[in-house]
Amino acid sequence: MKTQPLHFVSPTQFRSRVGEALGDARLRENFRGAMRFLRDKRAAQFPDAEELEALRDIGAEVRRHALSRLPELLETFESRLQQLGVHVHWADTPDEACRIVLDIARDAGASRVIKGKSMVSEEVELNHALQAQGIDCIESDMGEFIVQLAGERPSHIVMPAIHKTRQDIGELFERTLPDTPYTDDVDALIRTGRRALRQRFMDADIGVSGVNFAIAETGTLWLVENEGNGRMSTTVPRIHIAMMGIEKVVATLEHAVPLASLLPRSATGQPVTTYFNLLTGPRRAGEQDGPQQMHVVLLDNGRSQAYADEQLRATLQCIRCGACMNHCPVYARVGGHAYGTTYPGPIGQILSPHLLGLDASRDLPTASTLCGACAEVCPVRIPIPDLLLRLRNEAQRAPDAVTAHPLRGQGAAHSAGARLVWGFWRGIFASPARYRIFRWCATRLRRFTPQRQMGWTRHRAPLVPARRSLHDLLRARGQAE
Amino acid sequence: MQRRVYPAPCGHVYLFATCLVDLFLPEAGLDAVHLLEREGQRVHFPRAQSCCGQPAYTSGNPVQARAVARAQLDLFRQPWPVVVPSGSCAGMMRLHWPRLFDGEAARVAQAEELATRVFELSEFLVEVLKVDFRDCAGPPIDIGLHTSCSARREMGTRAHALELLGALPGVRVSTHENEVECCGFGGTFSLRHDDISGAMVQDKVASLQANASHFVTADGGCLLNIGHAAKKRGCALQGEHIASFVRRRVERKA
Repeated sequence: MKTQPLHFVSPTQFRSRVGEALGDARLRENFRGAMRFLRDKRAAQFPDAEELEALRDIGAEVRRHALSRLPELLETFESRLQQLGVHVHWADTPDEACRIVLDIARDAGASRVIKGKSMVSEEVELNHALQAQGIDCIESDMGEFIVQLAGERPSHIVMPAIHKTRQDIGELFERTLPDTPYTDDVDALIRTGRRALRQRFMDADIGVSGVNFAIAETGTLWLVENEGNGRMSTTVPRIHIAMMGIEKVVATLEHAVPLASLLPRSATGQPVTTYFNLLTGPRRAGEQDGPQQMHVVLLDNGRSQAYADEQLRATLQCIRCGACMNHCPVYARVGGHAYGTTYPGPIGQILSPHLLGLDASRDLPTASTLCGACAEVCPVRIPIPDLLLRLRNEAQRAPDAVTAHPLRGQGAAHSAGARLVWGFWRGIFASPARYRIFRWCATRLRRFTPQRQMGWTRHRAPLVPARRSLHDLLRARGQAE
Repeated sequence: MQRRVYPAPCGHVYLFATCLVDLFLPEAGLDAVHLLEREGQRVHFPRAQSCCGQPAYTSGNPVQARAVARAQLDLFRQPWPVVVPSGSCAGMMRLHWPRLFDGEAARVAQAEELATRVFELSEFLVEVLKVDFRDCAGPPIDIGLHTSCSARREMGTRAHALELLGALPGVRVSTHENEVECCGFGGTFSLRHDDISGAMVQDKVASLQANASHFVTADGGCLLNIGHAAKKRGCALQGEHIASFVRRRVERKA
């Protein structure tokens, strides 16, 4: 079985990738159809609007509460883990996180890794780091396995291969897996995938997983999944490494319950996932299974920048359900790969600037109409349009402007041209006298209106001012005061 | 969204036209004036008005947005309602002006007071003036309705527009596929990300057209976006501001 090397893209190429994505009719159709399906499934999970709103209030409150005590909860979590015999590692950067995993692998003499689904491991590009050191790392989540075979990255945080049809997958398996004839029968494809993975679980020295909720009071890792691969990855290999962002912690098991209800219902429209795993420490004396050694890697990677700012902190409330992307009209059109970030869609647009800097993610905050579909479905009430607006402000701010919490890449979209345009706009619209002159010129000289108007006329007829403004019409009626 | 408490009409209203209506859709503004006058309101139009500041505000330029909003703030000195024939601009004035002036206590107070009397046009006609069009019979007609996303979420404009159209005998609003999905306008988004915006508006035109040959909206930006996209593609879909359509119906011209 051969997996392809990763194809790296950059979020700075957003615009050209959008062009490619929009030009791919099949990709567009795949996404539109898949998003419609997911929206309907979610809606069916919340027939009672009042119950949904009450549950969202609780979900938001739990996450805000956890973030308000984040340093304290992280300390408690760490000491509980240590009491349980779990090794705790802190990583500031993706490189540090990869280095920690590589060191664990080296110390254990491990050469084979199996991975359950983990977006943090995608964020730090762990597969790439392991491969570079000659360590074989196989994704065990079916969607992740598919994108790994194809040499791609996930296009969605919950359904990594959502951009592929079953025909695509049939061709991919035929091409990359030995003795696999083409089929587009979903059950047969799943069986093929499972067969390819089965022995890998047995052979692996290390299992890597993500974490859905980290419980501070008990040191428990709460993982939800549908394929059983998460349970296999965390219990069969002798070493388990769980990777999580520092924001994932909540105070108590009780606090995680409403989140565990909101997550699958918002994400895949399931009342509950097929598996949920509560992992509290490694295998104890006398137990039959479970890892002999357990590690938790806590990653910052820009999260403390969001944490430091009262408004932007809401970014960290996210429980990674993906409902925002499922409902986003932009994501539904361009797909996840166009963003060039680990986290695409609305949540990626507000999170990536902290992870990568506003300069590297310059086009992301503006790639939204602020329609608000994301905030309407967010199970923990993240005000995504407000945060996009804030990031637009920070990107436009002068790079040397002094602020309480400067963001990395502040001023990335600041330009003399933009200053000039908005200064001109302000000059007209903030002055009744100048606006009167502008109005007169726009209406009386309307036949000189340019026929090509930046991006507007590529898809629309040119805008031409009316013959007379409303000001004129009402003055003629003696109504303007 | 909290249920709003509506005042009784006082006989006077301010009209805040918005820049798009002023420059591109003045007839819609005039139609709004007629509808308000038909209900016995005296319409006052402060001539120093220009724009609510939304273009700069949503583009990450709060300083310029504040300057333009500030120029409007003193124009509505009487305690009369301020009626806006555009849901997103009404939302800007009602919900975002108080935030925009953050740090200027006197202006925040002024903006907050003003916010209580800013109404989107169809909201005002339905909730405050409680229009009764029962004697305005007309031939049966099917029309599509598109609502600006921020107007629907911030101002409840879809419900008000449906109620207003529902009050017209013979008018049937046909729903279209993905009705609540954005048309792709988004202010400067339509220029900056013109490809995505173009894909969105093409889908919107197609789904509106599948159900009706005519659509109305209470938002100038969406109307210009959808209408001009339809025109570019040479398709027959006709768009109109809700004020213009309602006026034509009640004056029995449609």
